[in-house]
Order: sequence, then structure tokens, then C-alpha cells
Amino acid sequence: MTTTTYRQAMREALRDALRRDERVFLMGEDVGRYGGCYAVSLGLLEEFGPQRIIDTPLSESAFVGAGIGAALGGMRPIVEIMTVNFSLLALDQIVNNAATLRHMSGGQFNVPLVIRMTTGAGRQLAAQHSHSLEGWYAHVPGLRILAPATVQDARGMLWPALCDPDPVLVFEHGLLYNAEGELAADAPVVDLTTAAVRRPGTDVTLLAYGGTLRTALAAADDLAGEGTSAEVLDLRSLRPLDTATIVASVQHTHRAVVVDEGWRSGSLSAEVSARITEEAFYDLDAPVARVCAAEVPVPYAKHLEEAALPSPGAVVEAVHHMAA
Amino acid sequence: MAEISQRVGGNGARSTEPGTVAHWGQRRGTLHDADGLIAGPGDPSAGGPRPGDPCIDGGTQGPEVGAGGLGAGTGSNAALRGVDQPLRVLSPDGSPTGASDPPYPALLGPEQHRQMLTDMILTRRVDAELVDLQRQGQLALYASCLGQEAAQVGVAAAMRAQDWLFPQYRELGMLVARGVDPVGVAMMWRGAYHGGRGLLERHTSPICIVVGANALHAAGFALGVRLDAADEVVVASIGDGALSEGDVHEALNMAAVYEVPCLFVVQNNQWAISVPGRVQTKSATLAHKAVAYGIPGIRCDGNDVLATYSVASDALRWIRAGGGPVLLELLTYRRGAHTTADDPTRYRGDAELERWAALDPIDRYRRHLVAEGIWGEEEERRAASVADEAAAHVRAEVCDAADPSATGLFDLVFTRPTKELERQRAQLERELARRRS
Ligand SMILES: Cc1ncc(C[n+]2csc(CCOP(=O)(O)OP(=O)(O)O)c2C)c(N)n1
Ligand SMILES: [Mg+2]
Repeated sequence: MTTTTYRQAMREALRDALRRDERVFLMGEDVGRYGGCYAVSLGLLEEFGPQRIIDTPLSESAFVGAGIGAALGGMRPIVEIMTVNFSLLALDQIVNNAATLRHMSGGQFNVPLVIRMTTGAGRQLAAQHSHSLEGWYAHVPGLRILAPATVQDARGMLWPALCDPDPVLVFEHGLLYNAEGELAADAPVVDLTTAAVRRPGTDVTLLAYGGTLRTALAAADDLAGEGTSAEVLDLRSLRPLDTATIVASVQHTHRAVVVDEGWRSGSLSAEVSARITEEAFYDLDAPVARVCAAEVPVPYAKHLEEAALPSPGAVVEAVHHMAA
Repeated sequence: MAEISQRVGGNGARSTEPGTVAHWGQRRGTLHDADGLIAGPGDPSAGGPRPGDPCIDGGTQGPEVGAGGLGAGTGSNAALRGVDQPLRVLSPDGSPTGASDPPYPALLGPEQHRQMLTDMILTRRVDAELVDLQRQGQLALYASCLGQEAAQVGVAAAMRAQDWLFPQYRELGMLVARGVDPVGVAMMWRGAYHGGRGLLERHTSPICIVVGANALHAAGFALGVRLDAADEVVVASIGDGALSEGDVHEALNMAAVYEVPCLFVVQNNQWAISVPGRVQTKSATLAHKAVAYGIPGIRCDGNDVLATYSVASDALRWIRAGGGPVLLELLTYRRGAHTTADDPTRYRGDAELERWAALDPIDRYRRHLVAEGIWGEEEERRAASVADEAAAHVRAEVCDAADPSATGLFDLVFTRPTKELERQRAQLERELARRRS
């Protein structure tokens, strides 16, 4: 076991994939010499050269589209987009193309493409760098959506994502890059299909993913101090959702709070809540609660940004409200 | 059309709802229900402008802008200038190059020269102050324009008050020269005021963070100007990196097809964060791209404020006369970091920095004006004190400026608040009250 950061774990995953398979290459804005906007690919240009660590022009649609093209030709591209906000300039390539080409070609072509991007707020980067739009992508059939929240998942999800014959989007919450965790040298490949119980409990299930896992774990600590035992579930895969694990937990605790940094209206939290209602309604002792970001563009000023985001306090309040 | 012009009240005056601040969406707010639009020359249902319309053949039938003007040389509207040698009026040592193309801007009187140099000095001083304020934790972020003062002040000086500017995010010099109070800019970087204060009055859009998006907005705004038959030109300011965005390609193409009054200014400062120009394009120059859009492309020394002023004035004159959009590439250099969050030593060396420091735009212009007898110790002192005062004013206003109220979070999402937002506001108020107790 060694202590490592989420950033290093992600870099190790990239390095491992680049070593294992010559078809793998990394492409995106500032990924080469600069080592990526969040320093994830630092040193990889020196190690793998400019043929495989490729700085692109400032053209999101172009390099995502090129990633699709390379994948159609049998390569295994990893495309990095600086933030989910700028992935919107490539939305047509992702939603109208990557997600549909297998279908549109009658199965003749598939798109083994991995797209990584930063998501989430908390770094004073304002409304055009901070949104959590992964829920939108989770709406789209043809895409697999992953949200590694731990160092282990940061290290372990990339390779199976590359092995997936279809497009996979990996959402990395910007506040996690410096998070530390333990990693075994021979860390096992993780599976991409199941949610994980990160903290067992009996009184309420807190459902979180990516950046909100930490919020939920902090809330669970506070609740434990009050004698409430919260189970914390990490969704991990946002599409497909592991409904079985979600339902099993709720059947066991009878209460559920969904914690999501996305906006609540028409959201991933709404989907999770609906699935619980559909499949575990009679097991619930209280209506499902949601703690989401305020429905405003994420503000730039620090105190406003904090006020807009789900906090452990708000999760605790939601749990109190259910018990009342 | 006449009716619309009356309703928006001509230049500057904008229709506003009683009790609200004028904002962008309301500028052409009367267009949707304006009957007069239907028969107007720019009626979209009539398929847009066609060859033979007054401005579509701008290059051949359009205005003559004097010797060496935009339409000259090629006989088409795709004239290229400065692509072999960037247009330059002043040598780096401040002596005139004697270039007659563009003609020396003789129209500038001593007072205008002094104003431009003062604006450049003030820009540099306030820019440095903003970097310091960020270092001291008073601003969350700042993008310095150090080294780009000539490009920015030269363009802004060539614009008229009624023209509109759509900046990217590094345009302190343009904003200052347009008369925007730098305190408003600083407050934006601080997060105390969304989008910057005092922009609308100076016909300037909020800064653009989604790189390239402002080019589309400028093109569309200019389309509105044309439909309105207003006497305004729209200036989109973008970077060398932005020119790689699909949005910018589409903006240039559409602006050219509709011959809208829009000047696209590219500050080619050689870098887009860590990515050098050669990774952005294989074109010999950025101005060359104009050829494909069928519009004039000009390349000019952006560290030469007189050359910048001259070509920007030429281009604006051409556009005002109905010649359609122009692409202007200004060669300059980003001497600071990309933003205060960046460390450029990771991707570029000192030699390059030194080379460009030797081409300093302020020194060059100062030397010239001194030689011309327009600038002396007295002017230098006055400019320095204007700049110091501005910097001190910014510091005094910004330091520990009160944070906006947290529940103001919900104020600017919709013009009319929704029930859902009211609910969320009440929830936040409860949480804040609980934290206080
Ligand atoms: C659509 C989009 N993609 C990526 C970014 C991240 N980004 C911010 S500034 C920048 C570089 C822009 O370079 P350039 O247009 O040359 O302007 P400069 O910074 O040199 O003034 C990048 C890639 C962004 N803001 N918007
Ligand atoms: Mg640039």
C-alpha cells in the first residue's frame, strides 16, 4: 500500500494504458508540455513522445470528432476535455455521433473512445467552468458514464473503460485531484457496473457520487455523532445505474437522501429518486429527499459558491427533516 | 425600419423597462414585434443580401479607403495586407519607418497622441496592481495584458463611442481606453460584481470566458445593427487560440456572407495557455484565413500603436462604408502568465521573453513622441500620476470590499423570480440563520 493522490492515480492509469497498448494515445488542450490543465498528464509527453501525447488546437469539436474517427479505425484514443462546460462545444460529436454510430451503422462500426473531463465546482472558477453536467450525459443511450470518486477508482476505471467497445465518459471532480488515498501496487481492475457501499449503516442511505461522496461521508460522520447510522453509497457508474445495489440498501435502511452537485430539476438525482420510488416504495419510511446545488449558475465569489453547493450540514438537515 | 430606429432612439439610447437596468437582450427588444422589419432590406425571409445589394460587392464596388486601402491591389474583396511584412509605422527604436502603407496617422493631434500613451501607461500600471491584488488574496484570478497595451489601446482609440466591443478576457487596455472604470473590472475579478460594472454604458459586452463565443455574438449583434441601419460598428476581440474554435470560423463565415459591420481583431500574442501558435494553425499568418472567407485580412505590428491605430481606423472606415467584415491580426506577445493561476516557466524560456521585452510597445511610442516634441518630463510625470492614482483608487475600492449578500445568489437567474428559486432562497436563509445561531 502506498499513499497517493487522485491525480497521481489517474496519471498512473494513463501511463499503464499507454504502456499496455500501442493503440492508446492521449489528446487534448494543453495535455502535452503543460501536463494538462489539472496536471494529470504531467511527464507523459516526456515518456511517450508527441505522437501519443498530443496537444491540440483550441477546437473541442475537432478533437473529440477526431477521437471518434481514430476509434472507428481501431485506435484507442483517450480525449481530455478541460471541463464539462467546454465539452458542450463538442456535444454534437458526443451525443449525435459517438453515441449513435454503432446504431447508425447497423453494428458495422463501434466507437471505443474514452473521454475524460473535469466536472464540478468549489474552485472559484465561475459559471462557465464549474457545472456538473454529467447527469445530462447519463441521459444518453450509447454512452457509459463513470464518476470515479476514490483514488482506487481513479486508478482502476480507465483500463476497463478502454476495453469497452463503446464510448465511455469519465467525470473527474476538480476538488478530488489533491485527495489522498491508499493504493495497492497490484490494485485489481475495478468493475464498471456496480455501485459501492463506502460506509455501512442502518438508519438512512446517503446516495452520492464523484465530488459529493466526500460531502455524504462528512454528513455520515456528523450523523454518527448524533446516534444516527448512515449508509453511504457511491453510485460510481451514472449510466447504467446499478439499481439493484441502490434498492438493496434502501430496503435495508428505509430512508434515502440523494446528494448531487447537479441541479435538481430534471436531474440525475431525480432519476435515482424515481428508481427508488419505482422499486422500493413500500420499503420507505419517509419520502426520498434530495440535496442538490442551488438552481443558479455556479457563482464565482467564494461565499456565494459555497452557499450554492450541497453541504454536509444540508444533508444532515435533510435527514433530521425525514425523522421528524 | 424608420420606426425601429425611432423606437430604440438612435445611438446610445436604448429601450428599457421602467425600473430596470438596460441590458443586452433589450437592445433590439423591439425587433420581434416591429412591423417595419418585414419589408426591410435585410429581411431574412427575403433570403438575406444578394449580389447587387449595396454592400455585397464591397471589394470591387465598395469604398475606396485611400491609397493602399483595403480594396486596393487585388480587385476583389479578399485583399490581404501585411502578410509578408506586418504593417509598421514605428521601428522598435521609435523612429518612423516611413511606410506610406498604411499612411502615417497624420489625423492624430498632439492631445490624442498624449491620450493614447497615457492610456497605455495607465493600463500597464493598473494591470500590475491587479496582479498584485490577486497575489494578496483580494482577487480570485486575473489575466494580465502586459505587453499588449499598444494593440489594445490602438484599436479602442480607433473606435467611436457608439461602436460596440465584444472582448475576450484579457482586454484591460481596450476597456480603459473606452472609458470603463477599472474598478468595475477589478470588482468582477474579485467576484463582487458579476460580469464587470460600467460596461454597458461604454458599449462593451461582458468578458467572454467560453473562448470564441464572443465572435458569434459580435457577428449577430452586427447583423442587428445592419437590420437597424444603425451607424455602429461591432468589434470582436479574440485570441490566436480562439481562431481555432469552430465558433469563430462560423462567425467569420456568417459575418462575411451577410456583410455585417463587424471587425474581428485577433491579438496574436503567440500563446494559448501553454500551446504555441504553430499548434493552432498551419496557415502562414492568421490574416491569411480571411481569404477563405472572402474578406480583407490585415496583419500589423500590434506592438506599434500607431500602426494598429491606422489599420484599425482604415478597417472601421471600410466597414462603416458598407464594405463588410475585416479580419485584423495584431502581432504581439503575452509577457505575463496566462492567468495568475499559471506558471509559464513550465513551457517557455527567458530568451523569448527578452526578445519581446525589447519590443516594448510603451517604450517605442514614448521615444517617438519625445522625438516629435509631444512628450517630455512634464507629460511623463502627469501620466505616471494619473496611472498611480488609478491604481490606488482600484486598490482602495477593491481591498476588503464587502461581499455581496449570500441570498443574492438567486437574484440574477431570471428577471422574474420563480417559486422554486424562492423556495431555495428561503432554505438558504434558514441554513444561514442556523449557522449564525
Ligand atoms: C471553449 C473553451 N475551451 C477552452 C477554454 C480554456 N481556455 C481558457 S483561455 C484559453 C486559451 C485562449 O488563448 P487565446 O485565444 O490565444 O487568448 P489569450 O489567452 O492568449 O489571450 C483556453 C484554452 C475556454 N475558456 N473555452
Ligand atoms: Mg493567445
